[in-house]
Amino acid sequence: MAISRRKFLGCITAALGTTTGAGALAHAASNKDFTGYPDSFGVLHDSTKCIGCRKCEQACNEVNSLAKPGKPFDDLTVLDQKRRTGEASYTIVNKFGNPPVFAKTQCNHCQEPACASACFVKALKKDPSGAVTYDESLCVGCRYCMVACPFNIPAYTYNDPLTPKVTKCTMCLPRIKEGKLPGCVEICPREALIFGKRDKLVTLAWEKIDRNPDHYFKHLYGEHEMGGTSWLYLSQVPFTKIGMREDLGVTSAPKLTSGALGAVPIIVGLWPVLLTGVYAISKRKEKIAEEEQESAVQNAKDLASQEMKDQLLKLSKKMTKEKETAIANGVKKALVEVEEAAKKAEQAAADAAEDATNPETTSDDSEKEEE
Amino acid sequence: MVAQDQPMEKSSILTPFNVITSIILFVGVILMFLRFTRGIGAVTNLDNNNPWGLWIGFDLLCGVALAAGGYVTSSACYVFGLKRFHSAVRPAILTAFLGYALVVFALNFDVGRPWKLPYPIFVSQGTSSLLFEVGLCVFLYLTVLFVEATPAAFEWLGFKKLRTWVVRLTLVLTIFGVVLSTLHQSSLGALFMIVPSKLHPLWYSGYLHVYFFISSIFAGMSMVIFEGSMAHRWLHDKMDATHLAQSDGVVLGFGKAASFMMMGYVGIKIIGIAVDNNWHYLSTGWGAWFLLELIGFVLFPAILYGMGAREKNLTFIRIASLWTVLGIILNRLNISVIAFNWQLPSDLRYVPSFMEVGTTIFIITLGVVVYKFIVTRMPILYEHPDYKEEH
Ligand code: SF4
Ligand code: SF4
Ligand code: SF4
Repeated sequence: MAISRRKFLGCITAALGTTTGAGALAHAASNKDFTGYPDSFGVLHDSTKCIGCRKCEQACNEVNSLAKPGKPFDDLTVLDQKRRTGEASYTIVNKFGNPPVFAKTQCNHCQEPACASACFVKALKKDPSGAVTYDESLCVGCRYCMVACPFNIPAYTYNDPLTPKVTKCTMCLPRIKEGKLPGCVEICPREALIFGKRDKLVTLAWEKIDRNPDHYFKHLYGEHEMGGTSWLYLSQVPFTKIGMREDLGVTSAPKLTSGALGAVPIIVGLWPVLLTGVYAISKRKEKIAEEEQESAVQNAKDLASQEMKDQLLKLSKKMTKEKETAIANGVKKALVEVEEAAKKAEQAAADAAEDATNPETTSDDSEKEEE
Repeated sequence: MVAQDQPMEKSSILTPFNVITSIILFVGVILMFLRFTRGIGAVTNLDNNNPWGLWIGFDLLCGVALAAGGYVTSSACYVFGLKRFHSAVRPAILTAFLGYALVVFALNFDVGRPWKLPYPIFVSQGTSSLLFEVGLCVFLYLTVLFVEATPAAFEWLGFKKLRTWVVRLTLVLTIFGVVLSTLHQSSLGALFMIVPSKLHPLWYSGYLHVYFFISSIFAGMSMVIFEGSMAHRWLHDKMDATHLAQSDGVVLGFGKAASFMMMGYVGIKIIGIAVDNNWHYLSTGWGAWFLLELIGFVLFPAILYGMGAREKNLTFIRIASLWTVLGIILNRLNISVIAFNWQLPSDLRYVPSFMEVGTTIFIITLGVVVYKFIVTRMPILYEHPDYKEEH
């Protein structure tokens, strides 16, 4: 038993060792790093120019025909509370610090989106245009995309019992296809939003930083975050000060999970072979044990039958001996009897001879003796 | 048996068990009605920051981990040739099947459009997603478990030919089950590998899939022991001599094995901390919580298991099994709910609503009722007299 358990543990550690190692290998071998579609679009948000007028929120609401919020868009007191994107607000402007700085939030349309790699029905996809699109007709509503999104962007219409869906900024892909600008970009009165090819925007952004190093914090947010995003950000203050995480790292979401995914073919290929092997070994051990048992039983049987035979033989010998003695005894007895009878006969003859004078009675007597 | 049972059941319809379960089931049906007419938002505290709550954290993650007894026991018996576990296989397979069936049932509550649950398998395969892997494996494994569980039903119904046919597939099914279980048990952990920014570093690790797989093994063993001791208490009369004779051996064997696995698990968890150099987090509040989970709910029960196995003390092992099960639940909830979104301000954190808790209790109760229904009728805890001595 102890051996089996040790073997069991051994197998598992061996297999896991292989799989984790192989997972990393599979990734290294399969991926030239994907750096986004060439010529894809993006938007550069220069937060230093944003005045928090909420016009983009309004435009977004209109072009996407979303439900009207309780407070009107020109009510700027809304900015006093930190908000996030929701089912009726694909974009949000937040106010930070004093003197206030503003920053707009919406889907960042990641180059290698966590949400899309997490979606198990491919309802979310990275379009060559740069937009990350959502297909409601496929979505099951597992909300793993929301779990996965590092920017906490997608929202879900939880209160819709029959047709709940994920909602997020579409980058206004329908408008882009018509040759129009995204709603929010078009309306922005301060050119805080610039639409264009992502490559160009990256160059432009760095030119801005270089030209005005005192005005800008020296970082282009979105250039590399989580593998890069189509939406890029410039700021005057460190990005954590305008509610953006600087600890996300540059590893894209698919790379984070590729190790675990790479283990799949290994397990599928290796486990059955290993397990059948273990089965064969345990079966063989069992068989050997069985054979040993069988031969032992056979031996015992053989031994027993031999003994039995011996005993039988002895018994039969004994029996014959007894028989013989019995016969001998019988014979002896008979002989003795015969002798006795003979003696008696002699006696009788002698008596007869003596009783010659009375021959009839003697003859009768002798007859009686014979019987 | 049957003749004896009927009058007993008749006189005992109003048992506390029956009364409590009917109340729970009644409330559950109301909650179900609310969920499907008013939407997820009406019954849960889920929101856009916290898309997964108790229904995923407990019903899915704990459900799947605790149903691991099926593949652990059947592989111990049929693949590793530990024949003394034979009488434990059927109850373990049944529990696993029910467990997975309930997991899928619970998912219908949680996902937005449950009628599309077959989509990832039959309509549009998102192969880059670990959730796809989980879904596919759970679907296939549920089928395997169903087939593995049928012989008991066939014996009950008297379908001899079908039964023989399925029993012949035992080894293939078992191996298939181990492959599928390895994949989805580990993938459930790997689901969270995509969120290094949301899960607390002490729980996040590049080895999450390994942790989940290893812990599923001792979770399964502990569940077999725990469930066995429950069954002993309540369903003793349904067990045959073989089951009773072997059950102590099963408890000791699994107790010892679980002890070893848990020690190893503690070891690799510590290696995980060392690899990511997360030592400094241990001195924070989260660190204390983490240590409570790892020391208080893995190392301690592992020691108790070891002591129980050495001294052949079944009570120790039974206590350790419950302790371990609680530890697994704590671990899965930590990863999916408690240490998830740990950086959010406390007013944005998720706490399950009463209705979510109610639904979860409803689903567990449903499982217990169905289990009881089956073991009091089918040859699970005893061998069918017609099929004795042939395995
Ligand atoms: S920001 Fe979030 S929702 Fe938008 S593409 Fe990236 S991962 Fe997806
Ligand atoms: S909620 Fe919908 S879009 Fe998001 S991952 Fe699930 S199926 Fe995909
Ligand atoms: S791109 Fe379109 S959908 Fe996205 S925030 Fe701007 S207006 Fe809204």
